[in-house]
This record gives sequence, C-alpha cells and structure tokens, in this order.
Amino acid sequence: MLDTDAFDLRKYLSQNPQSVAVWVALVALILFGVLRYENFGGAYNFTSFLNYNSMFIIISVGMCFVIMTGGIDLSVGSVAAFTSVVAAYLSPYGLEVALPIAVLAGAAFGAINAFCIIVMRIPPFIATLATMLGAKGGALVISGAETISVDWGSNFTRMGMETALNILPWSIVLVGAVIVVLWFVLEKTTLGRTVLAIGGGADASVLMGLKVNRATAFVYLLSGACAGLAGVILASGFGAGQPLEGIGWELSAIASVVVGGTLLTGGMGSVTATVAGALLLGLVFNILNFENGRGTISFSAYWQMVIRGGFLFAVILFQARVTSGRAARKAQT
Amino acid sequence: MAELLSMSGIDKAFAGVSALSGASLEIAPGEVHALIGQNGAGKSTLIKILTGVYRRDGGVVTFGGKDSVINSPREAQAAGIATIYQELNLVPLRSVTENVMMGYEPKRLGVFINWREAHRRTREILARFGIDIDVRAPLGSYSTAIQQLVAIARAVSLDARLVIMDEPTSSLDASEVEVLFGVVKGLREAGVSVLYVSHFLDELFEICDRVTTMRDGRTVDCRDIAGSTKLELIAAMLGRDADDIEQAGMTEFSGGTAGADLGEVLLTAENVTTGPRLTDFDMTLHRGEIIGLGGLLGAGRTEAARAIFGVDRLTGGRINVKGEASGLETPSAAIEAGFGYLTEDRKAEGIIPDMSVRENLTLALLPKLTKNGQIDRARERELVAHYIKALGIKTANMEQPIRELSGGNQQKVLLARWLAIDPDVLILDEPTRGVDVGAKREIQAIIRDSVAKGVGVILISSEFEEIVEGADRIIVLNEGRIVTELTNPGITEDALVRALAHTEGQAA
Repeated sequence: MLDTDAFDLRKYLSQNPQSVAVWVALVALILFGVLRYENFGGAYNFTSFLNYNSMFIIISVGMCFVIMTGGIDLSVGSVAAFTSVVAAYLSPYGLEVALPIAVLAGAAFGAINAFCIIVMRIPPFIATLATMLGAKGGALVISGAETISVDWGSNFTRMGMETALNILPWSIVLVGAVIVVLWFVLEKTTLGRTVLAIGGGADASVLMGLKVNRATAFVYLLSGACAGLAGVILASGFGAGQPLEGIGWELSAIASVVVGGTLLTGGMGSVTATVAGALLLGLVFNILNFENGRGTISFSAYWQMVIRGGFLFAVILFQARVTSGRAARKAQT
Repeated sequence: MAELLSMSGIDKAFAGVSALSGASLEIAPGEVHALIGQNGAGKSTLIKILTGVYRRDGGVVTFGGKDSVINSPREAQAAGIATIYQELNLVPLRSVTENVMMGYEPKRLGVFINWREAHRRTREILARFGIDIDVRAPLGSYSTAIQQLVAIARAVSLDARLVIMDEPTSSLDASEVEVLFGVVKGLREAGVSVLYVSHFLDELFEICDRVTTMRDGRTVDCRDIAGSTKLELIAAMLGRDADDIEQAGMTEFSGGTAGADLGEVLLTAENVTTGPRLTDFDMTLHRGEIIGLGGLLGAGRTEAARAIFGVDRLTGGRINVKGEASGLETPSAAIEAGFGYLTEDRKAEGIIPDMSVRENLTLALLPKLTKNGQIDRARERELVAHYIKALGIKTANMEQPIRELSGGNQQKVLLARWLAIDPDVLILDEPTRGVDVGAKREIQAIIRDSVAKGVGVILISSEFEEIVEGADRIIVLNEGRIVTELTNPGITEDALVRALAHTEGQAA
C-alpha cells in the first residue's frame, strides 16, 4: 500500500510480499533479453512492444479492479472486439468522436454486467459470461462477420501510429495516463478503498456503511470502459475493426492480475503490479520471438503457449513461497 | 427525561416465521442499557431493525424525538447510531487504519485520502483504548481481541449518540474488558447512550443502568439493574422461577468425580511441543472423564487441542491413542480414530453458512453414510431428525440454511456433527461461548450425557464456573506450559483463579 509521501522500495516490498515475484521476474527477463539479443533494448522494440501490449495492459487494469472486489469480468475480450468495430465505423468522424463513443459502448456492457450482478443478484461469472457471448454476437452482427477497415483519411489512425512529441505513440501515452488516474483512485480515494473492502468482506463493508453497490457498479463500468478503450487501440493500431479478435483476452488479463499478486478472492491488489504482470506476460512472447529470430531454435506458436504457461506457473509458485515464507517469519517474531 | 430511543410494537417475520412480535425497547440519553435474552429471543433481529439491516413489518421507532426513517446501516451511522456486531464485521485483509477510518477518511482537496493524517488519527483513537500497534499492518495479523477493540474504536470514533455493542467482551481477556468498561463509562459521561448486549451477566451489574429482557420475540421485562439479582435476570430470560434455578445450581454439571473408577486410557500426551505457544504438554485422558484446560487467552489451550487433533505438527513429544504409539498426523486421521473437535471460532472454522442444517450436521459423517459409493439419504435424514430432536435444535426444518439459526442452535448442530460420528474423544473449545443461558445449560447437559456414555472430553472454557463444575481435573496452562493440575472434587472458582493469578505473578 503506497500511502506514504516518499517512495520507499524496501517498505513497499515488505508490505506487498505477494507482488515481489512479478517485479523480480520482470527485471530478470528484461536483463536476460538485453544481454542476449542485440536489438532487444532498442527504441523500436520498446515502442512496438508497448504499443502492442497497451491493449492488454489496460484490460488487465480494469480486470484488476473487478477482481479486487472478489468478482470477475469474462466479457472484456468480446467487448473490445465489439468496440473495435464501433470505432472503425465511426473513424470517418475522427478520433474525437470515435474514441469516446467506443469507450461509452464498452461502459454500456459494463453497465449491463453491473445491473445483472447488483440488482438481479446474478453471480459475476455467469452475468459476464452472458455479456461475453452477447458482445461477441453483437460484434459479428454489426460487422457482418468481416473486418471493418478504418478511414485512413481521418485522424483516427494517428492514435496507434503517430507519436506524441516524437517519443511514444499516443495510445501508450493515453493508457499511461489512465493507469496513473486509476492508481490514484485505488490508493487515495474512498472509492478505491471501498473496492478493496468489498473483496475483503462484502457483508462487513455493508455494515460499515460503505457504498458497496456504487463501488461494485464502478468496477464493472470501469472494466467495460477499459475494454472499450482497448477496442479503439486495436482498431487504430491495426487499421481495422476486428470482430473476431479478443478470444482469450479475458484469461490473459486474469493471468496478469494474478501474477501481479492480486488475490482472486479479492481484498488485496495493486495497479502497478498488475501492469507489471501484463508486461511480464507480453515479454515472454517478445523474448521467444527474439529467440526464434536467432535461428538456432525455433518455437512454434503452440510451444510458445506452453512455455508461457510454464513460466506463469513458475512465477506464481515463487510468489506463493515468498508470501508464505514472510508470513511464517512474521508469526515467529 | 425524554427517551433517546423508543421502539414499540415491533413485528418482524422471516419467511412466515415470526422473529419479533410486539417487541419494545427504550433507551434514555447517557444511559448504559443492557439487552438480554436467550439466543433466538430476538435481540439481534431487534438491533438489525434499529440499524437498518432489516426492515420492520410493523411498529414505531423514534430516535432523538423524531420518527426514524433508517433504511440502511449507512443511514443509521449518519443518524448517530454506531454498531459493533457480535461476529466481527471488519475486513481482516485491510490495514487497521482503513478499518477504523473507512468511509470517513481525512481528505486533501476533498478527494484524495490523507493517509498520514488517517494513520495519526487512528493511532490517537486506539491510544484511548491503550492499544499501540502498527496501524498500517493488516487487521487480520492481530489477535481477535485486538480486532474486537478496533471494531469498538471505530464505532466510538464516529461521534455517535447511541453505541450498540453486541457481545463486545466475548473475545476479550480480563484486562481488555477493563479497558472496554472504561470506554463505556467515558461514553456515558459524555452523554452518549450505550445498548449493551451480553451473555455475561456479571458484566451488566458492573456497568449497566437498566436491563431489558427479551424472550421468544417479545420484551418481557425492563428494570433498573440496581437492586436486581443475577438469578432474577436468568429467571426472566428463561421464563422460570428464580428459586427453582437456585436449587438446581448454576450449570448442568455437578462437579467432577475424579478418583472414581477411571475407564480405559483413551489418550496420553507426553512432552508435546508444537512451538513457543505449546511446550512440554502432558496429559492422560480416560473414558468417561472430562479434563478441563484452564488458562487465560493465549495460554496455549487451543494449541493443545490442535496438537491432539493433528492440526498442528508436533515438533517434539508423543501422543499415544488407546495405547498405540502413533500420533494423529492429520485431522482426518483423528476423526478416523474417533476424535471430534468443536472449534472455538464457530463462524470461520465450524459452520458452512449457506449449507443446510442437514448438510452441516452430516459433513464429518459422510464417509460412514456412504453405501456403494452413494450417500444413504434415508439413513442421513433419520440421523439428522434424531439429533434435531435429541438436542432440541430450533430449526424450521432440516433444510434451513444454518446461517439463519441463532448462535446457540448453530453450536448444537456442530456438537451433533461430532456426536454423530460416535466419538471416543471430544475436544470442545469454548462450547458455550456466545450462547445464551438456556442453550448453555442444554449444551452442558449434552456433554454430561456423552461422558456418561464413556466419551472422554477435553473442555476448554473461559467461564470458570463451567470448567470448575464440569471438569474432573483441570490442567492449568500459562504461556504454553502446564503450571499446575487441580483435581475435583474440591476445585472452587477461587482455587482456579488463584492458580491463574499465581502463575501470572510468576510470569511477570
């Protein structure tokens, strides 16, 4: 919990033992990549890596909020596919129209989830599963099951392809800004603390007089909006609305959140560690691509998945050991 | 003086079953008002109506001279009613500060939580309770007693006009109770009213002004506590005559019978050690014997129980079961060997709230009920029906979710769960905690009957009269070590207190 004015790494790590593993693994992978591959640390790899992964990062952060309340949002991948189509259709009107409307469309799916979960009392897993199927179908219906090319004449594609101040692509800047805002919301506002309290004990939160329904609605709206933003980035980065994309994104997002040390049962979690988790997952693929590029070994896409799974497992195992080790030491003192 | 709170004619039914009918309660400003009654009498329901958790079906509530329109716990807090619920209702994963300040955090610019100020205020509030802890650490890393005091600190810090305390002392030790009483008296002096719900009647005489008694969903009595006797209060709760109770004694136990023919040796423990909280623990348990474990909170009583039941791994010593050298490595091995363990923490380790009474009762028994790979449903129902009747469990039917039962009835279900495996050894950790007087006696009677049938019982209880009258021998623990052993007949509460006090003196 980053609640001091000065940042103290040792304190941070001792208070967040569950997040240690992801940082260690991230640093280790980056070092490995920089030392082993010539162009790994270059500006091109850096920006293209972030550009491609910004979608997954933003979805993971939205998912992180949902999971911190003890919920789950399975609809994010389908919603992103849907909003990529919406954004592509609206691209002739420019980014200033396409972006907000696509994000609102994503938030609308979040609102449906929130309604089902809070008012209808449907478990999040089921409610968001239904939305996942609905959004997927919706994306296919409005696109006629075909990729929808964006209008290259408008400013729409600038977001994914042009850079701000000649340094970073706009999409990365935008995602970065959203992450900073959400970090503030989690660490510094009552809303953020309520999110954590719900995951730590929903009944207790109600009895403490917290606005539980409002915070629950917030996390699903947020997750939907984040998925909406990911859809815009998808459409602008690849030049097309992609109704068939997004399959399995929800699982990648959940994996990022869990690797970042957020408890699946809720009550504990971190925005920064989730971002680190998403980066870590992307980095495994990035490094495997570099490895294939060297030509000595060649991993097929299938083997890459297996390796990623194995790596994930190792990180989580390490994380569990660190956490329980600390708990044991603490109990002895 | 005008009453601060007046509730009258309150009705409430759950799924057609009446929980309250015409209940009433009046609290004056600056008064410490006790609310007593057996479990299931309707105290918790009445409180939850007052705090907006439940809606009343009928009746009138006025608070501060106005008709009350409280429909949620948040509105209750805003109106000046702070509540400490019986089951701890805080969030253990989050920091102490968050638990105290949640919803009322100091802000910068109206939005951003000022953590430094929040920590400072939390430390200040806790200091009034004599607690000095790291407020940034998760609440769950502290003992139940500290958590209870934090819950109370939160409620008191909300500037309430009425503070409701539901069994606030059930997990506090004597010195912590003193701290709490100091706080209650401070509240009274500041003109704040306190509604004090407790099964520990002795406490009421120490700090309360008036006492309201409930029975079967009705308010049956309201009197000044000065001039009342404990016996009168018990009589009002039970709806029985005071003299009858006096003759029958305070508990259902009749004192031990050590020295009589001891049965077969069920269990011997030698030099059992599991860590700093249990060192060199010895004991021998015979058939038909109750061994009490005495000591204060944290003395090692629960640790001893856990070691015997195979929950904690031994780092030293031996446990022999019926003469065989093999100790019990796991709880399932212990159950296999005929051990039952009723845990102290009913909510966390005992019941599965959403499962029915039937399912909760037969959980430990399922392997024995299985025939050809299938659970024998008819046999299961028969058993459950038998225990519901035998133990007097008050439930609408055996499919009712256990969370809807009162604490005492939940405890009986848990007791039945272990009785149903036909145990040789029963380990009972605070079997009557949070249970009203009537159910307490019933549970004691159940224990007595089991012992008569040859079960060996290890009894842990913070209530001295229960352990003094119940146990054949009392092993007194302090800081994880045995300090003395008392043998009945002849143990008195004074003797036990002396043993405890003596060891405390040595430790200091």
